[in-house]
Amino acid sequence: MTTATVTRVLPAEIRRSRITGVVLLLIGLSIFLLFGLGLEGGLTTKFGLNPGVGSQALRMPDLTVPTRATIYLLSLVSIFLGAAQIVRGFKRAGLLIGLVATFFVLAFLAWAARGKSFNLLGILSSSLVSATPIALAALCGVISERAGVVNIGIEGMMLMAAQAAVVSASLTGSLWVGLLAAILTGMLLAAAHAVLAIRYKVDQIVSGVAINIFATGTTSYILSRFLRDAASLNNSGVFRPISIPLLSKIPIIGPIFFENSIIVYLMMLVVAVLHVVLYYTPWGLRTRAVGEHPKAADTLGVNVFKVRYINVIAGGAIAGLGGAYFGIGSVGRFDEVMTAGKGFIGLAAMIFGKWNPIGAFLASLLFGFADSLQVKLQILRVPIPSEFLLMAPYIVTMIVLAGVVGRAAAPAADGVPYEKN
Amino acid sequence: MDNTQPTVSPTPAPKAGSTKDGGSRQQAARQGAILQGILIPLLAVLTGLIIGALVIIITDPKVVAAFGTFFQAPGAALSAAWKSIATAYGALFRGSFGSPTQIVNALASGDSVAVRQAFWPITESLTTSTPYILAGLAVGLGFKAGLFNIGAEGQFLAGSLGAAFVGYSLVGWPLYLHLPLAILGGFAAGAIWGAIPGWLKAKTGGHEVVNTIMMNWIAFRLSDWLINGPMKAPGFRPVTPHIQASAELPRLFGDPIRFNVGFFLALIVAGVVFWLLFKTTIGFQIRAVGANPDAARYSGMSITRTVVLAMTLSGGLAGLAGASQVLGVDYWVGQGFSAGYGFDAIAIALVGRSHPFGIVLAALLFGFLRSGATQMQSLAGIPIDIISIIQGLVIIFVAAPDIIRGLYRLRQVAGEKVVLTRGWGS
Repeated sequence: MTTATVTRVLPAEIRRSRITGVVLLLIGLSIFLLFGLGLEGGLTTKFGLNPGVGSQALRMPDLTVPTRATIYLLSLVSIFLGAAQIVRGFKRAGLLIGLVATFFVLAFLAWAARGKSFNLLGILSSSLVSATPIALAALCGVISERAGVVNIGIEGMMLMAAQAAVVSASLTGSLWVGLLAAILTGMLLAAAHAVLAIRYKVDQIVSGVAINIFATGTTSYILSRFLRDAASLNNSGVFRPISIPLLSKIPIIGPIFFENSIIVYLMMLVVAVLHVVLYYTPWGLRTRAVGEHPKAADTLGVNVFKVRYINVIAGGAIAGLGGAYFGIGSVGRFDEVMTAGKGFIGLAAMIFGKWNPIGAFLASLLFGFADSLQVKLQILRVPIPSEFLLMAPYIVTMIVLAGVVGRAAAPAADGVPYEKN
Repeated sequence: MDNTQPTVSPTPAPKAGSTKDGGSRQQAARQGAILQGILIPLLAVLTGLIIGALVIIITDPKVVAAFGTFFQAPGAALSAAWKSIATAYGALFRGSFGSPTQIVNALASGDSVAVRQAFWPITESLTTSTPYILAGLAVGLGFKAGLFNIGAEGQFLAGSLGAAFVGYSLVGWPLYLHLPLAILGGFAAGAIWGAIPGWLKAKTGGHEVVNTIMMNWIAFRLSDWLINGPMKAPGFRPVTPHIQASAELPRLFGDPIRFNVGFFLALIVAGVVFWLLFKTTIGFQIRAVGANPDAARYSGMSITRTVVLAMTLSGGLAGLAGASQVLGVDYWVGQGFSAGYGFDAIAIALVGRSHPFGIVLAALLFGFLRSGATQMQSLAGIPIDIISIIQGLVIIFVAAPDIIRGLYRLRQVAGEKVVLTRGWGS
């Protein structure tokens, strides 16, 4: 007689999976209570799936759904999933949480736009654009921290790069010069941070904060001293969106990914390149080794200092690109502290994405979505004060950090200056 | 993983039988360390000011034009540069301390209004220093616990709103009840704003740098809503109502001098923080957790409780700073209220080496600088942001003392490294 093998599950795991199930159930209930209860029937929400005029994409019919039925359905499915999780417990509970969270957002959108139409494609498209500076900040963080150097100064690097981009583009009339100036500025500040952190072994967080304060002061000083009076120096224009032929014709996917400005394309390129370099090249291996166990890498002949310098400065170039987005990719002029904390949200995205490029990119999309959502909600005149909507990205960041950091592991030697004996 | 560990370099052990030699060598090492502890921050500020002067010169169009003809008329170029610095820093001095001639004349004339006006700059500098002392203590206390509280800005705002709320909503209360209650309201609001990231750090490991920065932005938006909504004074301007007279910190001299009791309050608080940190068990726990959390945990201290307590107290101190500003100077809170106190506080805490007395001195320095910079902006046209540039440089120089040592050829004296913060991992 054969005995069936039983996989043993720890009681702590069972409890955690049950709690997840309860959370899913509660979300499902809240969908019903917040959005479905008391909703009059007969309303429909139209989800626009077409971009604006001037797009190359093939047109698609809009998605019109009965509001109340949709909300009830989403609520029901969530509750069912929650119950299933409590009883049975799925392996990929994280995926379920993401799914139910998406349902919540969809239900919220259906409710907020009841009786009206809501351009779903528009918000997805602007999410990618909003996510661009966050993703670039996150990628700068990834490359730097993977080599073991904490970089809090991304915000300052992006700010100075934004100003450099706008001013140089205004002076020369060429946006490409502006782009180059931004990248160089980012690299310069990153080099300063690298020298302080690697050579002088300064506390890396203090060094980053100092760079932020310095950058804020310098950019505001230059703004007050020079740019307020000379408007021509603060008017650079922006990169226009470029459609990639053929690919942009694909409905839905096309307008989102293939009708953007060059900076967005560069961002996506950086994600791919960084992922390949970090995981599939010898250089990437050395970088990761230096970040995890610099001593071991050193004994194998890796020049720890050189690897760290190059990675931090490369990160600075990426941050410079992010700064260029603010200046010449979005507004066309420099405003005081225009980065508005995006550098730090990028750090949260990096942690959420578990210090790898694609994860950081996906996390940035989430934050970009939160950003775009609050803009759209103001347009929809949802009865929530605009200030609270503006708070949303920051609150989301804190929640994300709270839920993830404990379990996500930074590179082991992150933040520790290397002492060569 | 620990970022930096405090190291005390082994002082040479006294040779047996020659106590005088060994003792004095030990003493000399300690004295050298203390001397450098004061000297390096001073030199850092001096170097920052020098670089600030350079920035002023190279961004002054008159000086740049004069240097264009440097080889024909070097004297003119140099004197243009000197004039630029002298005008700027002269305005800075007059803004911080006042004009000596004006003071002498006013005292000689005996006119009380003239005297008050002559002493206005220096009293204004002291008034400006008051929130700096408190905010600096807030950040410094955080540093002592190994926490980097960048949220002093938001906690300041929360405290100012809390104090303003108690200040304007309680009508007809006597001063000796209303004022302490308003101060307490400010402390409480700031304490809550600090406790949240503290709890998140203790329970979930979420790094306080990002969380406090997020709390700052949330505070800005929340205050926007409050000042335009529930806490709005009747009328058009987005401000809170003027606080009741019974909640005002008494001013010590007549108009236009704004110097008030808050300054002495701040000094008393500095003394209290000193006593707390160095003379109580709680203070010892805070410092132990900051120096070596693992050892602290091993000896039975609750890291969670200490971290939350430290962040709460830190937030409360920053809230007190906001309260002192509202109750003593402005009497109402307007939109976009905070003027960067939180970030100045970081520089102050670093320069003061996180010690309450050092913080008071550093706060006075920065207060005088800021106060003078306002004058520098109106008299010499130098944007006030130059102070932020100088601050950033000062922070770097204090955090990397080797730069100063290299610049001024100081000997390397080993001393206790100040643990400032930790990376993401712990």
